Amino acid sequence: MTTWRPRLQKIPPLWWQAGLLVLAILLPLPLNDYYRAVLWRTGLYAILGLSLNIIVGYAGLFQLGHAAFYALGAYTSALLNLHFDIPLILTWPASILVAALFGYLISRPILHLRGDYLCIVTIAFGEVVRLALVNNIFGITGGANGLSGIDRPVLFGLVLRSPIHHYYLVLFFLVLTLFAVRRLENSRLGRAWMYVREDETAAEAMGVNTTRVKLLAFVLGSGWAGMAGALYVARVPVVSPDLARFIESVIMFCIVVLGGTGSIPGVFVGTLGMITLPEIFRFLKTWRDAWMGVAMVAMMIARPEGLWPSRRIRMEIREEE
Amino acid sequence: MLLLKTENLHTYYGHVHALKGISLEVEEGEIVTLLGANGAGKSTTLRTISGLVRPREGEVKFKGHVLNHVPAHRIVQMGVCHVPEGRRIFTTLTVMENLMMGAYTVKDERVVQENLQRVFDLFPRLAERKNQLGGTLSGGEQQMLTIGRALMARPSLLLLDEPSLGLAPMLVKAIFDTIREINARGTTILLVEQNARAALKIAHRAYVLETGRVVLSGPAQELMQDERVRKAYLGER
Repeated sequence: MTTWRPRLQKIPPLWWQAGLLVLAILLPLPLNDYYRAVLWRTGLYAILGLSLNIIVGYAGLFQLGHAAFYALGAYTSALLNLHFDIPLILTWPASILVAALFGYLISRPILHLRGDYLCIVTIAFGEVVRLALVNNIFGITGGANGLSGIDRPVLFGLVLRSPIHHYYLVLFFLVLTLFAVRRLENSRLGRAWMYVREDETAAEAMGVNTTRVKLLAFVLGSGWAGMAGALYVARVPVVSPDLARFIESVIMFCIVVLGGTGSIPGVFVGTLGMITLPEIFRFLKTWRDAWMGVAMVAMMIARPEGLWPSRRIRMEIREEE
Repeated sequence: MLLLKTENLHTYYGHVHALKGISLEVEEGEIVTLLGANGAGKSTTLRTISGLVRPREGEVKFKGHVLNHVPAHRIVQMGVCHVPEGRRIFTTLTVMENLMMGAYTVKDERVVQENLQRVFDLFPRLAERKNQLGGTLSGGEQQMLTIGRALMARPSLLLLDEPSLGLAPMLVKAIFDTIREINARGTTILLVEQNARAALKIAHRAYVLETGRVVLSGPAQELMQDERVRKAYLGER
């Protein structure tokens, strides 16, 4: 690994970024619809992973209820479309706002909690959302069956119905997300997250408004998960409480941790491991999950920092040993 | 001019009554030291001043403003910088990145560069090692880095908590010389120290704390001669 990395780094970043983008654009063309759908799913979960990475990776806060925000975004988009006939595309900002608002409301009172305690509250919140949806809250969520009959998104007169449309839509948002998180990472806020993650007391003593900074991580991460939920609805015209299942949150969490907490390439590696490969190995049936489990345990022993960690977090983890 | 004044501070950790009415004053330009045994409330006093914990009773006043309900990060912006105990540098960041963190509250890039120059003047060693990781520094250098980082915000009042903790005797002297130098360049210092002798040598005035109360106070020179202080804190019989 040490031999190729420096050589790779000599290539200007813009070149290989453009190369990857071209690859991502061309990739679905030779594939059939099934694999195009797999690619769509991969992109969607990469967006979810990147959004969760803001909370877990950058700010170092445990969040095991991320799927709740994903579901909130999806339901917002669906409800606005069904009840008010708003074209799907126009519902997306609302999806972001609603998810971000809930992110604010639930994180505000619990931000002073640390590590595992915070984690428990987020799990509970995830379940509250799921059960509220199952119980047809306010009589609008359709209960366990969820909502169906949602319009297809229309973009410049083009109705997006085939997997390749959805894939390109997700790809566009993925690139947007990447651009945004890269900027965030290197911003003043990004630095503040790092300080808070590494030593909250020192950060506070140095004038970082730790509450605000952590709150922003939650709001941005949750809001963007809401966008991912809206993208889900853009392909699947049915939403159900299953979107908020605990296992969904766990998968998102694993995407972040497996690839390497706080690392952007790590999120892609994690998505490949948690979403793409299991999808491709579907023919293994129930054995698939067993192997997944074995692989994850092995990895946590051999590479606790993740498969493609950020330089800094790798040092943090290795140092503690 | 009176820079800092605390009046009858009572601070609790849960049910533990850590400060039982601490009143002290720091004049501009002074070095004031807080002496006392473990658990006397020295660190808690600093933490209460910088807003990391809140007093249940009493008042912290800085330049005439009451700080009791000012958030910690605002207090930093107002010019009070706290160097917590135990060298809390970021070991995985470079020296430069660590220093830049100290300038988090300073938004003017010119002022940041100016402050950086001051810190490097004071600690040429940090300038030499600016690209090294914090974790690779020696104990003494790490302590310099913590102090340097706090100075990046150019505080008017520097709260130092046990800067000599765990350092070799030679380095302890160097750190105390530096503290005196920082003070000579115009920063007021409130210093908490276990090493009473060294602290009294550089301080103008001192307060002696016992179980959350001030039991003795006065000019450092006088306290150095005080029999109780000599017995309890300077190790004489």
